[in-house]
Amino acid sequence: MGISIELEINGASVSKEVEPRLLLAYFLREELGLTGTKIGCDTSQCGSCTILLDGQAVKSCTVLAVQADGGSVTTIEGLANGEYHPMQQAFWDNHGLQCGYCTPGMIISCIDLLNTNPQPSEEEIRHGLEGNLCRCTGYHNIVRAVQAAAETMNG
Amino acid sequence: MAGANNTNGAQGVFGSSIRRREDPELITGQAKYTDDLQLSGMVYCTILRSPYAHARIRSIDASQAEALDGVLGVFTAKDIEESGIPGAIPVGWLLPDMKIPEHYMLVKDTTRYVGDGVAIVVAEDQYTAHDALELIWVDYDPLDGVADPHKATVEGAPLVHEEAPGNIAFDWEIGDQEKTDAAFANAAHIASLDIVNNRLIPNAMEPRAALADYNSITGELILYMTTQNPHIHRLLMSLASLGLPEHKIRVIAPEVGGGFGSKIHHYADEALSAWASMQVGRPVKWTATRTETYLTDAHGRDHVTHGELALDAEGRFIGLRVDTYAAMGAYLSTFAPAVPTYLYGTLMSGEYDLPAIYCHVYGVFTHTVPVDAYRGAGRPEATFVVERLVDEAARVSGIDPAEIRRRNFIAPDNFPYATQVALEYDSGNYAGTLDKALATIGYDDFRKEQAAARERGQHLGIGLSAYIEACGLAPSAVVGSLGAQAGQWESAVVRVHATGKVTVYSGCSGHGQGHETTFAQIVASALGVPYEDIDVIEGDSGVMPHGWGTYGSRSAATGGSAIASAAQKVVDKARTIAAHLLEASEEDLAFEDGQFFVKGSPDQTQSLPDVALQAYLAHNLPKGIEPALEATSFYDPANFVFPFGTHIAIVEICSRTGHVTLQRYLAVDDVGNVINPMIVDGQVHGGIAQGVGQSLYETAVYDESANLLSGTMLDYAVPKAHFLPSFETDRTVTPCPHNPLGVKGVGEAGTIASPAAVVNAVVDALSPFGVTHIDMPVTPEKVWNAMHS
Ligand code: FES
Ligand code: FES
Repeated sequence: MGISIELEINGASVSKEVEPRLLLAYFLREELGLTGTKIGCDTSQCGSCTILLDGQAVKSCTVLAVQADGGSVTTIEGLANGEYHPMQQAFWDNHGLQCGYCTPGMIISCIDLLNTNPQPSEEEIRHGLEGNLCRCTGYHNIVRAVQAAAETMNG
Repeated sequence: MAGANNTNGAQGVFGSSIRRREDPELITGQAKYTDDLQLSGMVYCTILRSPYAHARIRSIDASQAEALDGVLGVFTAKDIEESGIPGAIPVGWLLPDMKIPEHYMLVKDTTRYVGDGVAIVVAEDQYTAHDALELIWVDYDPLDGVADPHKATVEGAPLVHEEAPGNIAFDWEIGDQEKTDAAFANAAHIASLDIVNNRLIPNAMEPRAALADYNSITGELILYMTTQNPHIHRLLMSLASLGLPEHKIRVIAPEVGGGFGSKIHHYADEALSAWASMQVGRPVKWTATRTETYLTDAHGRDHVTHGELALDAEGRFIGLRVDTYAAMGAYLSTFAPAVPTYLYGTLMSGEYDLPAIYCHVYGVFTHTVPVDAYRGAGRPEATFVVERLVDEAARVSGIDPAEIRRRNFIAPDNFPYATQVALEYDSGNYAGTLDKALATIGYDDFRKEQAAARERGQHLGIGLSAYIEACGLAPSAVVGSLGAQAGQWESAVVRVHATGKVTVYSGCSGHGQGHETTFAQIVASALGVPYEDIDVIEGDSGVMPHGWGTYGSRSAATGGSAIASAAQKVVDKARTIAAHLLEASEEDLAFEDGQFFVKGSPDQTQSLPDVALQAYLAHNLPKGIEPALEATSFYDPANFVFPFGTHIAIVEICSRTGHVTLQRYLAVDDVGNVINPMIVDGQVHGGIAQGVGQSLYETAVYDESANLLSGTMLDYAVPKAHFLPSFETDRTVTPCPHNPLGVKGVGEAGTIASPAAVVNAVVDALSPFGVTHIDMPVTPEKVWNAMHS
């Protein structure tokens, strides 16, 4: 039995019938083909699935699609707007990614981090990324990327 | 969008930190990983896994599952057997007298670890496929299990396989026992340690997945999967599992989200997906949940070791003796037998001139997930044993840890150096990285600060790890003589198109290492063609010649060398054509920046694209020269490559909580010539993070009945950003003398060096408490107990 939902995704309005148990992460990936949002765990630990819901970073594997009804979602696919978002650019410039699997969620979390704290210290960056795991980079260059993006976005 | 890299064409491309060309797709979410792919008519596979470490299956009743709407079928080992395929999951490295128990794609009657596959469901959607698992009723008769590799060998321990008494899979040794015992008899000092090398779960962020598409009309199977080595998977799928002819299988690695070894191995799950597609006649997708990756991705390490180092009165090492119980888990995984033997025992000389070594290893079956190569594979374990023993030797002899290392290093003029454990080190300057590291960290000042801090009741420690790594396993004939059922060469095709643009095919298969960037850098330098004009393609067994993939830090040294030699063949052929066109003799031609010209008269040139066009038109080629301009190389290295370095950790320990803070971490590595410094630093960072993870946070925990207690990311501590400091990196450059690029490997260096550096630092900090060793992970609880016992 489907429930209809209507929401805005990357600036476009979407209405669909969904099963009540469908998670937002799967809704984005399977129903809308927005596979940039990744799934890396089943215990809400990894943060690969992080998206912006009404401007706030949330793990889309912890939200039901029906809970996002009426909301506005930004995924990694919706960040670049003719130009890369400064955070995307900073990840590229600073080698903030290797395999790229954590990257969509990581970039979204980093944007959220700077939204709430535009000039974080290294320690604040590291603690701010508590919800996102990266197995490749050792976080070193992710921290550099956030510092660089903070500079661009404040400058 | 911010434009492409500005690289100034081919000039200075080799050795520069070009931003990665892989990244635009990755930072925009456009890259497609296996689970991102959809095929029309696709259905889903899920796998029922044993909840018991050891149990006999009395019966399986799948009728309720089969009756569920949307279920296309439930299959067990019996169905696979009846389909007539070989159905085996083979081991790819044979040791003398090794017990090789049957490993079938699904369990036939006995489960041997929690996670062993019992049945599969194929259903129209993944929810139904998961729901149906709950409706399969298996009547298990639980049996005793054992998880500890030492306890498993004790009399009376439950047997994993009847045919392996004492759970011994193999009994292996290297070195000279008699000579080593004699050295110990004459020792002035002996350092002795009992060491547990903790079991690790790889945790590539992308879970394993497969999408199999079998065409019953053509008999062709296309298998998209999370693989580090598509050709190895094709070979084993064909020979051992599915029985399809090799040329009818095409294995494609889409974007792959990290591997660290876990995507080398041939598992049942991907073979089951392929078999399921053959049964239902539709594309079948299987994607592991994270819990499944914990229960099935081959784990790493899991050694119990006793090691001893003998010294003479001057503090020189005269003998090393090591006895290890290495877990194999429930079955022999693809390259598992090589890991605690030829990738471990052979590294026991470390960076040291050691005249006598003996290493004995039992490979042990336990009721656990199979153990196989995980980043470093054997070499981190060996380095940990050697470098912990060296620190203990410093303690028992009263010599400073830096000084005792320097005193025992193989001297720079002593290369090539034949160790007592079968390797011939090609080059090295070990004191070079040690001195640089000590100077950068301020070793002498730190010792003063440490003494002052101790007065204040503050516990600081410094730990050195002077490591060597043997990577780029080679040559194939030698590796074969040691038991490998695989070659260790690598393939490359360099194809110059008629317009001078270039496509490069490599048999390596990157999954985060940035090969498309670095391999293009190699070719740009070799051909003098703009970097932007070169594409690199990997990871599709239907497109490139056979290759062996990416693991063991082999891609630059072996794959890069294959590319360099294919490029050289292209230049050689182009030179012949250019000489013909310039009406000169080949010997008189110079080749610079992509231009051929007669030496001394650079005005008249033939560029590589000019030559390529002529090569394709073939209107005016020299006699005996075939049209087109491309070359293939199958490069078999002359030897391993031997990166080395010194890593230093500084820790502070909280005396109230036992918490360890990693204050500084410095890596001074020598990986030979560097193609892209930014990427090399990134590899070092990631490697250190995994090694620090092992030393401070990570461990797979089994209970007495062999249940995996650390079965989710909640219970297994993959390091988070705030667990780690920023890393300091530096280098010396000692080029590899035997490959065309002078490169070594870098993928595993950080993981190999760091556990010993961190634990040595912790033990140093705790030395006032009389602590001489502490096992990993060094948790606050262990530290606190060590301080208070
Ligand atoms: S998928 Fe891991 S937190 Fe959502
Ligand atoms: S880049 Fe691979 S997990 Fe972060």
